[in-house]
Amino acid sequence: MPDDLNWAIGGEAGDGIASTGKIFAQALSRAGRHVLTSKDFASRIRGGYTAYKVRTSVDRVESVVDRLDVLIALTERTIDENMDELHEGSVIIYDGDRTTMQDLEIPEGMIGLDVPLKGLAEDAGGAIMANVVALGAACAVADFPIENLDESLTKRFKDKGSAIVENNKEAARLGQEYVEEEYDYDFDYDLETTDNDYVLLNGNEALGMGALAAGCRFYAGYPITPATSIMEYLIGRIDDYGGKVVQAEDELSAINMALGAARAGARSMTATSGAGIDLMTETFGLVAQSETPLVITDVQRSGPSTGMPTKQEQGDLNMALYGGHGEVPRFVVAPTTVSQCFWKAIEAFNLAEKYSTPVFLVSDLALSVTEQTFEPSTFDMDAVEIDRGKVVDEEDIDTWLDEQGRFQPHFPTADGVSPRAFPGTEDGAHMTTGLEHDALGRRTEDQEIRVEQVDKRERKVQTAREQEDWSPREFGEPDADTLVISWGSNEGAIREGMDILEEEGIDIRLLSVPYLHPRPDLSDAIEAAETTIVVECNATGQFADLIEHDVLERVNRINKYTGVRFKADELAEDIEDAIAEPQEAAQ
Amino acid sequence: MSSDVRFVDFKSDKQPTWCPGCGDFGTMNGMMKALAETGNDPDNTFVVAGIGCSGKIGTYMHSYALHGVHGRALPVGTGVKLANPDLEVMVAGGDGDGYSIGSGHFIHAVRRNVDMSYVVMDNRIYGLTKGQASPTSREDFETSTSPDGTNMPPVNPLALALAAGATFIAQSFSSDSQRHTEIVKQAIEHDGFGFVNTYSPCVTFNDVDTYDYFRDTIVDLGEEDHDPHDREAAKRKILEGDKEYMGVIYQDDDSVPFEEREGVDQNMSEIPDGAPDDAMDLVREFY
Repeated sequence: MPDDLNWAIGGEAGDGIASTGKIFAQALSRAGRHVLTSKDFASRIRGGYTAYKVRTSVDRVESVVDRLDVLIALTERTIDENMDELHEGSVIIYDGDRTTMQDLEIPEGMIGLDVPLKGLAEDAGGAIMANVVALGAACAVADFPIENLDESLTKRFKDKGSAIVENNKEAARLGQEYVEEEYDYDFDYDLETTDNDYVLLNGNEALGMGALAAGCRFYAGYPITPATSIMEYLIGRIDDYGGKVVQAEDELSAINMALGAARAGARSMTATSGAGIDLMTETFGLVAQSETPLVITDVQRSGPSTGMPTKQEQGDLNMALYGGHGEVPRFVVAPTTVSQCFWKAIEAFNLAEKYSTPVFLVSDLALSVTEQTFEPSTFDMDAVEIDRGKVVDEEDIDTWLDEQGRFQPHFPTADGVSPRAFPGTEDGAHMTTGLEHDALGRRTEDQEIRVEQVDKRERKVQTAREQEDWSPREFGEPDADTLVISWGSNEGAIREGMDILEEEGIDIRLLSVPYLHPRPDLSDAIEAAETTIVVECNATGQFADLIEHDVLERVNRINKYTGVRFKADELAEDIEDAIAEPQEAAQ
Repeated sequence: MSSDVRFVDFKSDKQPTWCPGCGDFGTMNGMMKALAETGNDPDNTFVVAGIGCSGKIGTYMHSYALHGVHGRALPVGTGVKLANPDLEVMVAGGDGDGYSIGSGHFIHAVRRNVDMSYVVMDNRIYGLTKGQASPTSREDFETSTSPDGTNMPPVNPLALALAAGATFIAQSFSSDSQRHTEIVKQAIEHDGFGFVNTYSPCVTFNDVDTYDYFRDTIVDLGEEDHDPHDREAAKRKILEGDKEYMGVIYQDDDSVPFEEREGVDQNMSEIPDGAPDDAMDLVREFY
């Protein structure tokens, strides 16, 4: 594998693992190579194993795989943790001078490169640069032109002054030279560069960027892994567009602030993860009942309760579909890739405002932390369309006044969508409430009006069902015997798994479903296939249940709930097993 | 904003279902008068309320309004005001709504100091659920859920506000319409979070904290030699706890509202038709 490299740096949390890894990932990206990064991290600030992994190729990279070619091990445990992925010929870079590494035994068949990381860093100006020395060593192993590292070192350290930047460049050179001089291996890698210009970003950044492009101007949230980085992204940027991020005192406050801003006419969002969604659920009903457009993002992690806060899972589907007491009209949209986090965020704001309805934007941990390279045109801002729905102003408000001249915010229209008057609109004063209400927004227990308003709210969803495109994303062979259905972040791993299977002569048709409510009708596709397999990161198969409910037919399931996302090669095996022994495949 | 707005313009045509004699009538009338007399009209006013007897206020008033869930009115008001600083935002609550389920939001709304007013109808009882102990109920007060008395000291909302760094703390009595209106007006005109705890007697479930009790005991700070800008004096008055005061107890004239500190001055409802012109810069950041 001369041009597809899996590289990682691992050690203790607090060792600067992520920032070091990011420097290398950016260098690869700037050199015109595709990159996909992933992180193993524990729920603690310092100490505990953590790793940053980079897969790079000149072709697009969609998934992580079970293979590690070059590992910078800052601790002995790093090797143990990655033993499954290391293989014959894997290179392990370590500092044998460190007291904890002196008795290190490099597993048989692997190549250990003992590099005095700390010592060389001191030569370059400070022990703190040991990780950068390791990056230089990695460049030597991978035959990657070290000049590419310079720009990302500059980006990372420019705030600390040019001397620090130069020292870091020197540290990298010393690491490279040491490996080239001391080790006479002919390494198997040759990372060629290209003229392509890529950007490198993760799902939470893409989602925040989509929100800004879509006109989101108010965000309230409460810190929680793995959603916090959406808030951190917006807080530095939303002000430039006249918006504001508020860190609320809790999730209850966050969603209520977002609701208030939405009622005042702002495109508004809150984001959290499972436990925070639980707290927001009370207000979720109010959002729907008061017909307020609001985007509520759930970046899923392992539950229930505090579960495994830094691990992957897709366990909140039922909550997104059914959460809240009573019957709550809603849309549930789930991006399937990092770039889709951008586009689905934009779509979520449009859906929310067109139908005055809450939209659950359901992401997951794997998407949120995965950084991936893209052509900048993937995020074509000229293609962003904004639809604010039925907003009325002084000109046309008369249409929506009753005979007494009162504005009717819940007028039961044929399509179920009522007019919106932003506060400040002349003659538009009205109230909204979580209580059942009449067209004016005033409390009622009148049976006829109750039925009329429930029907009206549900009719909006029906209208959207008819007017919007809820198609799945489709890949692979349309006539294949095997149909794989997936939602959320699994799309990339499945697509790459399909390539592996194709080499073995197994064709797959993949439907990757970004819309969970309303959702596409998959019955024809399922009927046409011999075997249908639903892939998801949870134990009970929430999406598979849903599909069985829709089509009244049993499907096969591949479920993973270890806390780790699917990998392309293991998934290919699982799919093969499922084809061979339908109904029994499970992990 | 029209100059000839009268308080009746803030009235809806819905008849209140509060019990005859309820203190909330006077509290609400004062709020409407205060809004009109400070130059507001229904189309630029947003009233937020939570749950309980106090929560019904949005129905009986005419303005932009949201009647939300229990205890969460202050965050809603915060969102409204930040999204459109041109609006006059008034939040109404009860003692259960504000000092029990919403107590966390209260402290943080005080700290945040967003320019809005907050009127709490304090009747020291849960009325709409028919007479249970509230956070401001007296320690020996017997109710259906505290048959032997609450056995806890009542919450002192003024002290909570003071401790959290309030820039405007006042108390009023719903039956003294003129003073109540004046105090709410001052809260509206205050640059920041104008907090008014209003004694608003419950004639059905509270036979202790009655109109007569307040009439006999209340002390009008306006008639005393009290300087509301003297924080130490305010602290003494609030912590003494042996008198029921009416009037502005504390006001910080140097208060700078949150939105001003944070540079929030735009109506956020106005956004471009598509992505902003320079939006590709957002992408290029990731080179």
